Amino acid sequence: MITDWIEAGLSAATSDECVVIVRDSTEANLRWAINMLTTNGQMHHRSATVVAISRVDGVGHAGVVSGPVAAQDDLVALVGQACTTAQTAPASDDSAPLPAPVVDEDYAEDAVTTSIDVLGSFAEGLGRALAASFSAGTEMFGYAEHHSSTVWVGTSAGARRRAVERWGKVELNAKSSDRIGSAWVGRSTVDFSDIDADVLAAEVTRRLSWCDNRLELPAGRYETILPPSAVADLMILTYWSASGRDAEQGRTVFAGAQPGTTRVGEVLSALPMTLTSGPEALPAPPFAIVEGSVPGLTSVYDNGAPAETVAWLHDGRLAALPYPRAAAAASGVPYAFPSDNLVLDAGSNRSLEDLIRSTKRGLLLTCLWYIREVDISSLLVTGLTRDGVYLIENGEIVGMVNNFRFNESPVDLLRRAVEASASEPTLCREWNDYFTFTSMPALRVPDFNMSTVSKAY
Amino acid sequence: MPSGLDPRFTALPLDTLADAALTRAAALGATHADVRIERIRMGSHRLRDEALESSTDATDLGIGVRVIHDGSWGFAAGITLTPDAAATLAEQAVAAARISRPLTSFPVELAPEPVHVGEWVSPFRLDPFEVSDAERVERLVELSRLAAGAGVDHVTATVDLVDEHKLYADLAGSRTLQRRVRVLPVVEVMATNGRYHSMRTTNPPAGRGWEYLLGEGWDLDGEVSQLASWLAEQRAAPCVQPGRYDLVVEPTNLWLTIHESVAHATELDRALGYEAAYAGTSFAKPETLGSLQYGSDVMTVTGDRVAEHGLASCAWDDEGVEAQTFEIIRDGTHVGYQLNRQMAHEQGRDRSNGCAFADSSGHIPLQRMPNVSLQPAASETTVEDLVGRVERGLYVVGDKSWSIDMQRYNFQFTAQRFYAIQDGRLAGQVADAAYQATTTDFWRSMEAVGGPGTYRLMGALDCGKGQPGQSAPVSHGAPAALFRSVNVLNTEAEGAHA
Repeated sequence: MITDWIEAGLSAATSDECVVIVRDSTEANLRWAINMLTTNGQMHHRSATVVAISRVDGVGHAGVVSGPVAAQDDLVALVGQACTTAQTAPASDDSAPLPAPVVDEDYAEDAVTTSIDVLGSFAEGLGRALAASFSAGTEMFGYAEHHSSTVWVGTSAGARRRAVERWGKVELNAKSSDRIGSAWVGRSTVDFSDIDADVLAAEVTRRLSWCDNRLELPAGRYETILPPSAVADLMILTYWSASGRDAEQGRTVFAGAQPGTTRVGEVLSALPMTLTSGPEALPAPPFAIVEGSVPGLTSVYDNGAPAETVAWLHDGRLAALPYPRAAAAASGVPYAFPSDNLVLDAGSNRSLEDLIRSTKRGLLLTCLWYIREVDISSLLVTGLTRDGVYLIENGEIVGMVNNFRFNESPVDLLRRAVEASASEPTLCREWNDYFTFTSMPALRVPDFNMSTVSKAY
Repeated sequence: MPSGLDPRFTALPLDTLADAALTRAAALGATHADVRIERIRMGSHRLRDEALESSTDATDLGIGVRVIHDGSWGFAAGITLTPDAAATLAEQAVAAARISRPLTSFPVELAPEPVHVGEWVSPFRLDPFEVSDAERVERLVELSRLAAGAGVDHVTATVDLVDEHKLYADLAGSRTLQRRVRVLPVVEVMATNGRYHSMRTTNPPAGRGWEYLLGEGWDLDGEVSQLASWLAEQRAAPCVQPGRYDLVVEPTNLWLTIHESVAHATELDRALGYEAAYAGTSFAKPETLGSLQYGSDVMTVTGDRVAEHGLASCAWDDEGVEAQTFEIIRDGTHVGYQLNRQMAHEQGRDRSNGCAFADSSGHIPLQRMPNVSLQPAASETTVEDLVGRVERGLYVVGDKSWSIDMQRYNFQFTAQRFYAIQDGRLAGQVADAAYQATTTDFWRSMEAVGGPGTYRLMGALDCGKGQPGQSAPVSHGAPAALFRSVNVLNTEAEGAHA
C-alpha cells in the first residue's frame, strides 16, 4: 500500500518536519497525421517528492528531492536523501509552518488508473473520420490523450490527503489537399465519455468548408472576435504572470503606481467579468499539491493547504492575486492558491454565433500560437493566428483570410473588449500541454492589432 | 575527465532487462524492437536577492520498449526494473502495435544502420551533483552580489543541472551506454523604480560540468559584473524609431533565430506533415530540396551531433545511429533535412543522419534537431569589421523574446541589448526594439558573416516538440553576421492604444 510506504517514509525522517508526496500516474495516447495513426503509447509512472524541513529559529531550511518509487525502500531512501540535503540547505524564502492537518476519508484507497482502452470508442470514430477525410481528398491530424494521476500527501504535522486528477484532451485538425485551408477543434475531458469523434469530425469539416473562399487582408487593426480557445490562452498567460509578490516588487503588469503596491481594486474591464479558479467549477484538487516551489506563486511549504475557489477578477475589477502562504503573511493579504483551472464569465448569455451574426465586418479567429512575452511591464505579448482566420461580413462568414502576427496585451484586451458570449468549456491551444480545464467566453475587440501578415498556413 | 559512467547506473541489471524485453518482443513477432533504460537527474536552485526561493533535485528512472510489429509502431514504458516487467512492456508494446494496425496506411520500415556496441561520456570536469547544495547556492549568492549595483532593485540567480544516463539496445544487436552532463547558470538584474527594466547574462547552457560556473568556457563573472551598468544605460536609452535597419547580430542573439527559422524548418517530420497539428510544418518542402534559395551565398549551415560541449552531441542517437555531421544549407541553398530511420527509409536514403531523440524512457524517440550551426567565414572578419560596414543600423546582443509561425516564415525577436550603429560605430543603447521578418527574406539579406573569432556555441536546454510533449537540449553555433534592411518595430508603440 502506498500509504504504508508514506508512513514508513515519515517515520524514517530525521528532519524536524517532513512532507511526502507520492504520485501514481497512468497515461494513454493516440496521435495521427495525414489520415493515419502515427504513434501511440501507454505509460505508467510512480514518483515521490520529499520535502524535509530543518527549523533554525523557526525558519525552514528545506531539502526537496524527487525520484521514482517502485517499492517502499525507494521512498525511504528519498526521505534520507532529502533529510541530508535539509541539514545544509540555506533558509527558505518561502518558509512557513506546515498547514493544519486534514485527513481525507479516501486517503487509504488505491490509485485510479487509465489505459489505452479508454480511447477505444474514440478510436473507432476516429477511424471513420480518417477514412472519410481520405475519401474527400482532405487530411486530418491530431492527438488524443488521457491521464489518471492519484496523489497522496502525508505530512509530519498529521495531514493525510489524497486526490485523483483525471484529465484528457483531443485535438483534431483538418487541412485541404493543398494544406492552405486549415481548421481545428479541441476538447478537454475527464474520462472521454463525453467525446464523440463523429461530432468533432463534423465540426472541423464544417469549419474547413469556410476555407473554400480564400481572401487576403493586409496587416492592421481589425474588429476581431476571439473565440473561447484564444481567450483561454491569453487568460492563462495572464494568470501565470499574476504573482502578488512580484507585482508588489514592480515586476509585473499588476504592479501598482506606488512602490510596494498592486493594482488590486482597479477596474480592468468595463464588462462585468469574473475570473475564478478552484475546485468548484472545474476539476482541480481541493488542496495544494506542490512538488517544486514556483517563486511568488506556489510553495512546497503549502502542501496540503486548502486550494479554495478564488475570484481574481470580480465584476471587471481586479480582486486578488496569487500568493503562497509565506508571501501572503508578509504582505498582510489572504493566501490564494492558483489552481490549474480558470473560468472567465462576463455575464453574457449570447452565443458565439450571435456575436458573428451581429458583426458587420470583422475577423473570427480559431486559436493563437507561439505566444511570448515582449514586455512584462505591460504584458505585451506577440503571437500568431492559426488554423483558421475567417472574414465576417454582414453577419456571415464569407471565407478564410491569411494568418497574422499580433502584438497585444491580454490585460489591455480586457479593457478594450466590448462584448462577450456566454462562458463555455474550452480547450486552449498553446498551453494545453499544461492546462486542460478552462471555461471562457468569446470576446469582441474592436481594434485588435494584427502587426504583420504571416505567410504560414 | 571524471570517472565516466556512474556505477550506480551501470550496477542496474541493464543487460538482463534489455534481453528480457527484446527476447519477448522477438517471440511475439516484432521485426524491430528497441529498449531504452534511462536515468535523468535534474537539479535546480533559484535565488532572488540572495534568498533561496526554490531548490529541486529530481530523478527519473525507467524503461521504454518500442516495437515494429506487422508494420506498425507500438510503445510501452514503465518504472519497474525486473525482467518480468520488461517482458510485460514488450507485450504491451506489441498489443499497442496491433491496435494501431488498422489505422496504419503503409508498413513502417527503417533505414539500415550498422550494429554499434560501446560507451560514451560527454566531456566535463566537475560532476555538478558532486558539488554540495550549499556550495552551489554559495556560488549563486556570490554572483548575485557581483551583479548588484546602482539602480539594481532585484537580482535573480539560477542554475539548472542535468545528468543523463542512457542504455540503448535493439534486436539487431546494438547496445550502447551514454552519459551526458549539462548546466545552465543565469543571472538577471531588474530595475523596478519607475518603468520596469531587466538585463540578464547571455551565456548559453553548455555540455559541461560545474567548472562552467567557475568560468571555464564563459567569463561568467566578467559578464555578471557589467549587468548593472548595461541596465543603467538601457534605462536612459532613447526609444528606437521603427523602420528598416541594417543589423549586426551577435551569436548570443542569432542562435535563437537559427534555432527557430532554420533548425526547426529543416526537420523532415515537420516538412512531411507529421507535426502539422502541433509544432507545425515547414515552408522548406521536400520538393524544393536542392533548389530553394534559403539565404544568401554566405549562408552555410550544418547539422551535427559531435560538437564538443554541444547539447545535442552524443555518440549514438536513440535509434542506435552513429553521430554524424551533415549539410543543411550550402552557399544559401537548402540541401539537407534532419532524419530519423523511418523517414530516411521513406526518402530512399540508405542511412539516417542520426537525429532521433527521446527525452526520457517514458517517451518515444522523435526526430529532434542536432546541433544546427551557421558556419563562419574563412576570413578573420571581426564584429568591428561588420559594424564598420553599417551607416545606420543596430547591433543586437543576447536573446530575449521570440516567436515564429507554424511554417517557420514570420518571426519576431527582441534582445537583451540593442545598440545604435551610426556611421560604422556603436552609439549607445536604444530601447524597445524588436526585429521582425520572413525567414527567407532575412537570410537572403545576410551580407556577411564574421570569422571564426566571432563564433560561439550557444543553445537551449528545453526545446519543445511532439505530443506528448518532449523537451530536448540543443546547441547552435554562430558567428556574428550582418543583415541589410530588416524591419524593426518599437514594441511600446505596438502595445499602445488610444
